[in-house]
Amino acid sequence: MEHFRMIFQYFQSNSESVMNGICGLLALASVKMYTCFDFSCPCLPRYNMAYGLGIMFVPPVALFLCSLFLNRQSLVMLEEWRRPQGHRKKDLAVIRYMCSSILQRAMVAPVVWVIVTLLDGKCLICAFSSSVDPEKFVGFANASPAHVQQLLAKVPCKDDALMRNNTSRKAVSRYLRCWSQALGWSILLILIVAAFLARWLRPCFNQATLLQARHWSNYIDIEQKIFEETCCEHSQFFAHKCILHFFENMRQEIRQHRFNLPRDREGAEGEEALLRGITDQGQVNKLLKMWYCEKPPLDVNWVTQR
Amino acid sequence: MDKFRMIFQFLQSNQESFMNGICGIMALASAQMYSAFDFNCPCLPHYNLAYGLGILLVPPFILFLLGFVLNNNVSMLAEEWRRPRGQRGKDPSVLRYMFCSMAQRAMIAPVVWVSMTLLDGKCITCAFCTSVPVKTLGNASHAGLSQGEIKRVLARIPCKEIYDGQELIANEVAVRYLRCISQALGWCFVLLMTTLAFLVRSLRPCFTQAAFLKSRYWSHYIDIERKLFDEMCAEHARSFAKVCIQQFFEGMSTDLVATRCHPPRKAPADVGEAAEKLLGITDQATMNTALKSWHKCKPPLHLHPPAIPRSNGWAGEGQRPAHTPVPRREMAAYYSRV
Repeated sequence: MEHFRMIFQYFQSNSESVMNGICGLLALASVKMYTCFDFSCPCLPRYNMAYGLGIMFVPPVALFLCSLFLNRQSLVMLEEWRRPQGHRKKDLAVIRYMCSSILQRAMVAPVVWVIVTLLDGKCLICAFSSSVDPEKFVGFANASPAHVQQLLAKVPCKDDALMRNNTSRKAVSRYLRCWSQALGWSILLILIVAAFLARWLRPCFNQATLLQARHWSNYIDIEQKIFEETCCEHSQFFAHKCILHFFENMRQEIRQHRFNLPRDREGAEGEEALLRGITDQGQVNKLLKMWYCEKPPLDVNWVTQR
Repeated sequence: MDKFRMIFQFLQSNQESFMNGICGIMALASAQMYSAFDFNCPCLPHYNLAYGLGILLVPPFILFLLGFVLNNNVSMLAEEWRRPRGQRGKDPSVLRYMFCSMAQRAMIAPVVWVSMTLLDGKCITCAFCTSVPVKTLGNASHAGLSQGEIKRVLARIPCKEIYDGQELIANEVAVRYLRCISQALGWCFVLLMTTLAFLVRSLRPCFTQAAFLKSRYWSHYIDIERKLFDEMCAEHARSFAKVCIQQFFEGMSTDLVATRCHPPRKAPADVGEAAEKLLGITDQATMNTALKSWHKCKPPLHLHPPAIPRSNGWAGEGQRPAHTPVPRREMAAYYSRV
């Protein structure tokens, strides 16, 4: 598993790499989801279009939203956008940069789903089999108009009694699939050309502003992480002091109620100090009950005022 | 796993090695995509050619552009090309080297796709089945079919289950013929590409080797310099953030002291460490105020002078201390004439 750890560390080294990693994983998950999904066209006149187009467009929306909320940067960006100005001016270029980088990465998984769907062809065959021109296909040209719609709607179902071994069905299926694949490749080509142009042309416009926006968006992310780490360290120490104080108070209370306690040895070390004066079952039970019924106040001012 | 780690480190050691890795992955992805792709010839007279040639040519073009898009050096090249001259001259041979090396790597995945397509034969069979020489391979005078009819029948050659022209020309004969031509084309293409690659590799040292070494060095330099600059900026941002947050907590603590009616007794030295760790925040209300203030009123991006660390040269904003050591300026320049 060491090479997974190394790959993991490489991706965690900066937040952009983390985002790229998540984006890639979601794209792979999208392909896997499509291959596992059992596409089952209803083969009924009006349901086909709804089902086919639904499968083509609804999962991408879900994947898009999923990418947005898995991406920590979207929260950071929203916070930066909505915070009151205070002592620090807001830089819209930074917010725009963050927004565009989040959206670009979130678009990858939905686009992968749509393209895999089109290249596979089942969705389009299901959605548009009723819309082909029956005159083009020998087997359907002779049927009555009412009947032909029903027949065409059954084209996606290979195992249907009417459609088994029907060569016209195969012809329609092949025709629609060809269009679906052509559409898929065309969309992929357009997107790649757009990405290519964006990569080449971006340094030609406002490169300095871009470098600044990228630096400060990275800074905001780092600052938020360090603030959270600082708060975490602080709360650890705070909790430690608070609980110590609680134990100390318990020990004093116990000492007040018992007259025959041996004198506390000064300078008790090691395990005796860890016991903090609580040495029998009754005392432990009392301590636990106090901890539940009467938690100590969130106040360790005594540390600085001792 | 040690070998894997070494390979991984080697690939990461410089951008070129990393790009070679990506290039290999893309070639494999190209082969995988071809085998996963469900080739579906339409078997209609005019559609066949468009579909067959489309599958032969469009995905390689996409893979070629993808090779550029995935290559981080593209933005480096564009940046180097478009930057203002400033105090550093620009060397067009460095730019040409970078572009050539990117283009060479981007060519590999498309070449793999085209080779696989030609060697497999389905694309050429689909695209050119209507051009099969019926006179030599089959029975052209059979049934007196018109040209259009013949074309329609021939278009169905790739789709065995609906082929109805067995008397015109046997399906196996046509498919074998087309496949043979396709594979011959495929092997010629592979031979041509490998010969070209071999020539480029072996002839280069005979011409302009010195200029080549120079361009390669400076293109690596630009890459390394950019990476180091990004790392230093990230480190600086980290230190800046730490000091900014520290000063924020100190500022909060000072505000609290100012608003309290009676200042606390001066904390004795032995609780200094505890007080420092608590950042001056010792109860719930203070912490809530700090968190609220962090959201509503973030501190300015301006560090106060006493907090600026003096050990590194990144002084950020603020006044410089009186005795800064004279910074050593290391000059690096590259000359554009051999």
